[in-house]
Amino acid sequence: MSEVIKIKKGLDINLKGKAEKVYIKADPSKTYAVKPTDFTGVTPKLAVEAGATVKAGTPLFYNKYKPEIKFTSPVSGKVLEVNRGERRMILEIIVESDGKFESEDFKVSSPAEMNRESIVKTLLDSGLWPAIKQRPYSVIANPADTPKAIFISAFDSAPLGVDYDFILQDSAKEFQAGIDVLSKLTEGKIHVGVNGKYPVSPVIQNTKNIQINLFKGPHPAGNVGVQIHHIDPVNKGEVVWVVEPQKVVTIGRLFLTGKYNASKIVALGGSEVKKPRYYKVYEGTNISCLTDNNVNEGDLRFISGNALNGTRISQDGFLGFYDSLLTVIPEGNKYEFMGWIAPGFKKYSFSRTFFSWLMPNREYIIDSNLHGGRRALMITGKFEQVFPMDIYPMQLIKAIIIEDIDLMENLGIYEVAEEDFALCEFIDTSKTDIQSIVRKGLDIMIKEMS
Amino acid sequence: MKGLRNYLDKIKPNFEKGGKLEKFHSFFDAIETLLFVPNKVATTGSHIRDAIDMKRTMIVVVIAMLPALLFGMWNVGSFHFQSLGLAGEKTILETFWYGFLKVIPIIIVSYVTGLTIEIIFGQIRNHDVPEGFFVTGMLIPLVLPVDIPLWMVVVATAFAVIIGVEVFGGSGMNILNPALTARAFLFFAYPSDMSGDKVWISGLRDGQGIVDGFSGETIMGYAASGKLEQMPYSVSDMFFGFIPGSIGETSTLAILIGAVILIFTGVGSWKIITSVFAGGALMGLILNLFAVNDYMSVPFYQHLLIGGFAFGAVFMATDPVSASQTEKGKWIYGFLIGIMAILIRVLNPAYPEGVMLAILLLNVFAPLIDHYVIESNIKRRLKRLKATQA
Repeated sequence: MSEVIKIKKGLDINLKGKAEKVYIKADPSKTYAVKPTDFTGVTPKLAVEAGATVKAGTPLFYNKYKPEIKFTSPVSGKVLEVNRGERRMILEIIVESDGKFESEDFKVSSPAEMNRESIVKTLLDSGLWPAIKQRPYSVIANPADTPKAIFISAFDSAPLGVDYDFILQDSAKEFQAGIDVLSKLTEGKIHVGVNGKYPVSPVIQNTKNIQINLFKGPHPAGNVGVQIHHIDPVNKGEVVWVVEPQKVVTIGRLFLTGKYNASKIVALGGSEVKKPRYYKVYEGTNISCLTDNNVNEGDLRFISGNALNGTRISQDGFLGFYDSLLTVIPEGNKYEFMGWIAPGFKKYSFSRTFFSWLMPNREYIIDSNLHGGRRALMITGKFEQVFPMDIYPMQLIKAIIIEDIDLMENLGIYEVAEEDFALCEFIDTSKTDIQSIVRKGLDIMIKEMS
Repeated sequence: MKGLRNYLDKIKPNFEKGGKLEKFHSFFDAIETLLFVPNKVATTGSHIRDAIDMKRTMIVVVIAMLPALLFGMWNVGSFHFQSLGLAGEKTILETFWYGFLKVIPIIIVSYVTGLTIEIIFGQIRNHDVPEGFFVTGMLIPLVLPVDIPLWMVVVATAFAVIIGVEVFGGSGMNILNPALTARAFLFFAYPSDMSGDKVWISGLRDGQGIVDGFSGETIMGYAASGKLEQMPYSVSDMFFGFIPGSIGETSTLAILIGAVILIFTGVGSWKIITSVFAGGALMGLILNLFAVNDYMSVPFYQHLLIGGFAFGAVFMATDPVSASQTEKGKWIYGFLIGIMAILIRVLNPAYPEGVMLAILLLNVFAPLIDHYVIESNIKRRLKRLKATQA
């Protein structure tokens, strides 16, 4: 075990409505969806039509430009409909569950006996390959690459973040199997980042073939990008892969049983949830099975993921592929009289310009209001306080805005993802959409380097 | 407040595209956002946002300037009555009231001129009216002598907003500190109204009598002309601000209260403020060591208390737009301002005060400082890359 890596810069936003560590087995949802929009850079090409009968692991669509990367149904049943948006872009493919949760059969044996090639093929065929993302660019990993290391962040420091120790506590065997599979994919180490504030959970402690790294500090200490930066930073030309812990379990289960079992545990949190708790669900579940009769009245925002970098979904939307959290906060579409000069005892701010600094430990209800108008990027020195990497965030953002590719490369674009800038976006006085800018920069680099 | 909101909602369509009063869109928007924080929600990226916005930031700076402003008003009255030989006969309130009436017109003129221009540019360029002028509009009066003719305030403010800010693309794109641009403009265009021993005391220029033994000379004036031993001010006068000077610059104490507000709220950079003082102290010490004349022998700590040094360090050098943007750069930027300010003040015979020119000079060099700071980060990254490839 390594020594604790202290993250000094950052910010823990204490939102109201953290999920209580209690499992609820909700009635499983009738409908499930796979959303191509969850997968950055993928151009979907349908493999089924509405009405087709599918099992868990049956391909629903694939990436037009990398057809070996398939996206499969999480449950068995019937394809209900394909929802399209502007210019016929596929938004979601909805599957109606038959309640049996049957899976396609995948030929597996113990990971130790399988070679890399057959492991990769099984992951691709089952639709679990997209669980592996890469840095640079924060997109689905390229099966042809061999990463220099694989990183798993086993704690979530984001607002209302889930407790992975709690989620993983009964999945030691599957987690180990998943690690065994992943270890076949890299010649380097598998790094697991855990929260140094607490003792390492037995599941992680007893897992073999991993390097445990302890991190201590405020959000974004749990962001895998921050952990990579401090352990084994990505240089130009290098690739590391990242996997979310629950996906390691799902991968492990696939190789233990030969079945794609898409069950996972998600937390429901936020100030507008009546009883914030943990739920056992299946991948891509309709959220109404969690939120029915469990959220307050009023205009609400449902977020698949955390409040900083999750995806906005509708009240009857579906949980995203990578998300283990559903956040419900109030919409902020109302005016506030003279808000810029009011004392602001209840307003959360990173600065101390509101009198809420008098109460540092309170839990805040924060709505989706921007709290001000868009301005030029004027204030300096703030992003650096919540950006724990040896990178100049403001200068990198400006390099992206002017699309200076050399400068972006020099300033460290290969090491970052949108989520690493989420706090910068949160505290930004000028209300600039910084995560979109970073995504644009990453897309420019993908185009330039291909 | 509902009624007001409803009224605004009712008249709003007139100001939008195609409305009767489209030409006044920027004006309406400025008033509306002043009254109500907009109802806009986050559409992409982070769903929650910090409560802070540019208005809040700027109003904090204005609040931080209030102690200096209020003291300045009192000080204007105080010196006016001293020059008339009435010092002991007026109450604090009367003294303050005299200064208040003298200073308020300058503030009003500065705000009206600046905001009118900003609103016009906002309308032409189709963007919101930026809040930067909240601060600039207050800074300009505070760095002027009290007897400045109001038309000069108009010209200087217009110059600062148009040439200093808008030609570069608006608030946030400017290179120089706008308030100092205004002051520098007046200083070079109308030197007789910006320096000498008459302009700092209200009434002297109109020939209102000076009682025997009273002089309107600033401490810098005494020092530059080698008459320091005749100077009637003690070190505590300098610290508390019982000295002549521009309206808001005299009281180091009031300015430090502002500094505490800026630093505590996180709005002003403590790195810049402390490094300006450090640079000034160091340069003062060096000059003390090699002192050959009166000005060089002014004790280094007194340099930090007189003239516009403290005001410049706290309210001017910290302007985030024209300062260095990197944290390491801020140390260098502030330190060099301190050094240059004292250097110009003491060694340049043409300018008895050097803070304004030092800050403007470093405003110009701030991007260069940042360039080298960032270059070192880039080199570090390239070195790491080489190490892995070797």
